[in-house]
Amino acid sequence: MFTSVDDVSARLAATGYLASHAVATTVFLADRLGKPLLVEGPAGVGKTELAKAVAQVAGARLVRLQCYEGVDESRALYEWNHAKQLLRISAGRDESWEETRADIFGEEFLLPRPLLTAIRGDDPKVLLIDETDKADVEVEGLLLEVLGDFQVTVPELGTITAARRPFVVLTSNATRELSEALRRRCLFLHIGYPDAELERRIVRLKVPGIDAALADSVVRVVGALRAMDLRKAPSVAETVDWARTLLALGAGTLDETVVRDSLGVVLKHQDDVLKAAAKLDLDAV
Amino acid sequence: MNAVAATDLAERLTGLVDALRSHGLRIGTGETVDAARAVEALGLADRELLREGLAATLLHGTAQRPVFDAVFDLYFPRAVGAPEGGPADREGLRDRLAAALADNDTALMGRLAVEAVDGFGGYGSSPGSDGWSSYQALDRLRPQTLLARVRNEVRGRDGGAGFGDRLLEDEIRRRIEEFRRLVAAEARRRVAERRGRDEIARRAVAPTADRVDFLFAGKDRLAELRRTVQPLARKLATRLAARRRRAARGSIDLRRTVRGSLSTGGVPMRPVLRRRRPARPELVLLCDVSGSVAGFSDFTMLLVQALHDQFGRVRVFAFVNRVDEVTGLLVHGAADPEGLGARIRDEADLTGWHGGSDYGAALGEFIERYAAAVGPRTTVFVLGDARTNMADPNLPAVRELVRHARRVHWLNPEPRSHWGTGDSAAPEYAELVEMYECRNVRQLDALVGRLLPV
Repeated sequence: MFTSVDDVSARLAATGYLASHAVATTVFLADRLGKPLLVEGPAGVGKTELAKAVAQVAGARLVRLQCYEGVDESRALYEWNHAKQLLRISAGRDESWEETRADIFGEEFLLPRPLLTAIRGDDPKVLLIDETDKADVEVEGLLLEVLGDFQVTVPELGTITAARRPFVVLTSNATRELSEALRRRCLFLHIGYPDAELERRIVRLKVPGIDAALADSVVRVVGALRAMDLRKAPSVAETVDWARTLLALGAGTLDETVVRDSLGVVLKHQDDVLKAAAKLDLDAV
Repeated sequence: MNAVAATDLAERLTGLVDALRSHGLRIGTGETVDAARAVEALGLADRELLREGLAATLLHGTAQRPVFDAVFDLYFPRAVGAPEGGPADREGLRDRLAAALADNDTALMGRLAVEAVDGFGGYGSSPGSDGWSSYQALDRLRPQTLLARVRNEVRGRDGGAGFGDRLLEDEIRRRIEEFRRLVAAEARRRVAERRGRDEIARRAVAPTADRVDFLFAGKDRLAELRRTVQPLARKLATRLAARRRRAARGSIDLRRTVRGSLSTGGVPMRPVLRRRRPARPELVLLCDVSGSVAGFSDFTMLLVQALHDQFGRVRVFAFVNRVDEVTGLLVHGAADPEGLGARIRDEADLTGWHGGSDYGAALGEFIERYAAAVGPRTTVFVLGDARTNMADPNLPAVRELVRHARRVHWLNPEPRSHWGTGDSAAPEYAELVEMYECRNVRQLDALVGRLLPV
């Protein structure tokens, strides 16, 4: 899919995703080695966006499995269409048992869920398994076969192997430690907060009207906030939100009043706001 | 790539993997093969690409990254041997460093770190006793004293106005910190050239944060640990919730199942499960906060505080040789974890007429004054090394505690092999309560996840 790491960076950038060195390298390797990519990192640094950008670059269809507590085989893999099977049985009353049985477990009655969808068919696909850590441990077992060999076993039909391997991205917020078995099948990528240079570029890309000096000071303040050991450090998403807010407020430069009034956009806990205000020498908020 | 280079590379890669394994990273052969394929795909031209590629294939978690970076620097060094050019003079180097800090030029800072170690880090002259010391290099160079100068330079350049100005000092401090890290890495590389890479990779690279011994953790290591409290608490809460769910299902309520079966003609179609009363387990923490084990106690207190919404009630008591309740201090202390230990020692009444810890007296006083805190729903955790300073361990008080509480667990930050040596009363206590070795965050994580009541 890609010829070099620089190629990855350039093509992702063309879709509006500015990738760091680490991200570009790992995406390149995931493509080359044909392994799934496990992405961890704090909320709002663009884990899900990465999968969308890769799909766009590759001209592939994005198949998304959103994990939550209680997601199971019938939501992730496949399900038999029971209603249709019943209709089929009652429609063919005169048939013998043998004919009926062979029939109702055919492809026609199979409802493919994301994992099976990603494996079947010849068109290129990007499979995004979002928030893997929210799913129960049992689901990880399910993923092992899919991610290790890119195949799915349906007892009634046999094993379905991918004709064309999808590009797989798993994301996790690390609320739960994923099992070692799952980690070993993946390339690991931690997306942290970007460095100042990259973040400036992101802000200027996402907020087109912003003045360069303002973008620069926004990024500096956010960098200082991240060094403060807050309950929830601001993410790239918050930086962009803040830049948008400042633009909407018509603020040309950052000064004390502007920062004090808009700190709530960046920080989501009152404790954090108070702490940051104290450290930045703002007057009482 | 010719054959010689290929064997050398394979050897280097397996050496790197071995060094990582000796730091407790679990890396299988499959990952090593993947790493080699990654090297093949990426080439050796760009060192940073190589670093990211190897990290992606070999690592499984974020916490492993600092160890990996340090080991990588040893096995795939930036350069070999001494830098070109003569020895640098101190003032010249400081001038150039100030300029690099002002411009935030990381590449130049890296080159200056190399020169600094070469010029000022060497000690000893005979082969065998000589080496390179980052401490010595930094001591001669004193980068921290450049702060004011760099600040004025940057201010002079862009006028010193604007909101960004108040962030400047902290930013420069972070850059200086980065320079110190570069010097340390460079000194490690030079030593490794002299003494052999494998040995240095095992000994001179700091372990991952969760394997640092509580008893030997320095100040910045403890600060690093404190930052892991919130994520760790979140993970534990998830695990507790899962245990709770599992505990809640399973047992069948026979009476209601039979009653329900009447509507289906006596055939029990739907088994009714017994609903568990949402029990609110209570937790009492009894912590030794004397100097020797303070780091361990502070960390555990913060962790339990972060988990407090999982329990009906959490009460925390601290002692050295007297006991005092510190629950209130802890609730307010969540905003300022660094100062917590100091505040507990200042504000609570913990010592009598001497400063050493006395488990016997403290436990006795606890039973006397706070017996009401412990009931049949209470799980008690005692944190401490059980070193009584030769005083009476007061086993009857522990028996009393065990009799009243639902469970009593004792977490001991000393290695098991040291229990019972010197003035340790650990074996005596261990006969009465369940005592566990809890030397680092990894063990604490496993124990807390298993022992906390649900």
